[in-house]
Amino acid sequence: MSSATRIARDVKSGATSAEAELEKSLAVVRARNEELNVFLYVDEEGARAQARGVDAKVKNGEPLGALAGVPIALKDNLCQRGVPTTCSSRILEGWRPPYSATVVERVLGAGAIVVGKTNLDEFAMGSSTETSAFGPTRNPLDPSRVPGGSSGGSAAAVAANMTTISLGSDTGGSIRQPAALCGLVGMKPTYGLVSRYGLIAFASSLDQIGPFAKNVEDAALLLEVIAGHDQMDSTSLPEPSPSLVSHVNDGVVGKRVGLVRELIEGADDEVVEAVSLAAEALREAGAEIIELSIPETRLGLSAYYLLAPAEASSNLARFDGVRYGLRVDAEDVTAMNEATRTLGFGAEVKRRIMLGTYALSAGYYDAYYGQALKVRTQMILAFRGAYQKVDLLLGATTPSVAFKFGEKSDNPMAMYLSDVFTIPTNLAGEAAISVPFGFGQTGLPIGVQLLGPGRSEASLFAAARVLEIAGER
Amino acid sequence: MAADLTRDDVAKVAHLARLTLSEEELDLFTEQLRQILTHAEDIAALDLEGVEATAHPYGLINVVRSDDVRVSLNREEVLACAPDAREGCFAVPRIMGEAP
Repeated sequence: MSSATRIARDVKSGATSAEAELEKSLAVVRARNEELNVFLYVDEEGARAQARGVDAKVKNGEPLGALAGVPIALKDNLCQRGVPTTCSSRILEGWRPPYSATVVERVLGAGAIVVGKTNLDEFAMGSSTETSAFGPTRNPLDPSRVPGGSSGGSAAAVAANMTTISLGSDTGGSIRQPAALCGLVGMKPTYGLVSRYGLIAFASSLDQIGPFAKNVEDAALLLEVIAGHDQMDSTSLPEPSPSLVSHVNDGVVGKRVGLVRELIEGADDEVVEAVSLAAEALREAGAEIIELSIPETRLGLSAYYLLAPAEASSNLARFDGVRYGLRVDAEDVTAMNEATRTLGFGAEVKRRIMLGTYALSAGYYDAYYGQALKVRTQMILAFRGAYQKVDLLLGATTPSVAFKFGEKSDNPMAMYLSDVFTIPTNLAGEAAISVPFGFGQTGLPIGVQLLGPGRSEASLFAAARVLEIAGER
Repeated sequence: MAADLTRDDVAKVAHLARLTLSEEELDLFTEQLRQILTHAEDIAALDLEGVEATAHPYGLINVVRSDDVRVSLNREEVLACAPDAREGCFAVPRIMGEAP
């Protein structure tokens, strides 16, 4: 499949049309969606209308956006006006949002064609899509394995060539982990760089929307389109979207890259080996590699699994059967709330709501939630210290390649450990990217992770591009 | 401390969160929550006296806009999403008991 950059260029020149690109995309969806369960909803009619609109602009010589005619998929926790949005939960089944997320407005404004909504772990709580109320998504590279999660459907859509690019959200690794498991580039941007308006909240202080793509340049292009201040999100950074695509080939000459011991600790040998090779490739391209240790990152998992559920228990209180989605009738309003939530939420969502409610409850608040907030401060300070010595950090994205269905789904702690390398970035509010680098013994892709301070996206894309070029050799 | 988590605690939390758990779910969740909280003992046990808490990566500031009239969501469209709506309002089952 062509890159997004190429499709947009060819649509503008008339070498192809948005409608032709959409039909190619829909043909793959029709051929493989039943097997892979990637899309929960395909908006053929809406997408065709968008494509006709782009083609009319070409015909009339009107200006076109950076993503003109590029098929894109949306994780189904992003609201699109009039299009079913479920968060892969029964509690929102049938709901059609009366407004669109800012990122959806922006990709449509740039001429992208929204093909549909992709599967995720219910309310983005999971690392495999196995907690979806609508069944798991299969990894297109090996359908006996998970695509990762929670944005597994968005990763699979691109990996299976159903769309050229897609959007996901990353609260503890939900973009980077599936990107690694599906052989894609995936970025979790700096907190506040991308507006969260219209992203159904999981953990508001950690959630961030970001891109999936087959190559670094497309990921940079998509992020450039969606980033930048938005008055509808009070946590939105004040500045306009940064220039990213123009820096993709900046290279890493003179950059100091820290190889972090704790971010490969416990990973499979083949993953550790891939990270070493990535360090070598960066060194060959002119970077200085410095081995270092950030012990605080070891505390990330515990802090995250108190903070994220605490925020989720509050955010998900809104699903009470009153304003949208499911209602289970009962004799009074409290009984109705409880019956609705009991039927509407799946086991993992209930587990996290329970955990969060407990961590916030009187008598345990200081010991759990309060301590986790302080660990978060320590994490921020530790990263800040590291970035005084180096420009970027390098580690693994995940401890292993894509795992099989059922391998971890009965053991929450084992599943949570698959996010151990990605969580620290969310706690610190910083940026990180996963880029494919080599393959494991089973032939499945391995992702390596580059981390940077807030607003370091341009440097991260440039370093990722160096690894992409090294991997092609 | 996590080992102290009892089935009754879990039942109480379920009620606070407006969830009904079956007997089997109560057993399972008690065990699983205990496991997760045991993992969290590594931070519960840290001496973090004097460390400031971070609730948000960049600190939240109050964002205000000028107080002028703007178009907002259409009321009929919003109410159309609700399971039950009457006379321009969300409708719910009764919230108070009968008079004695």
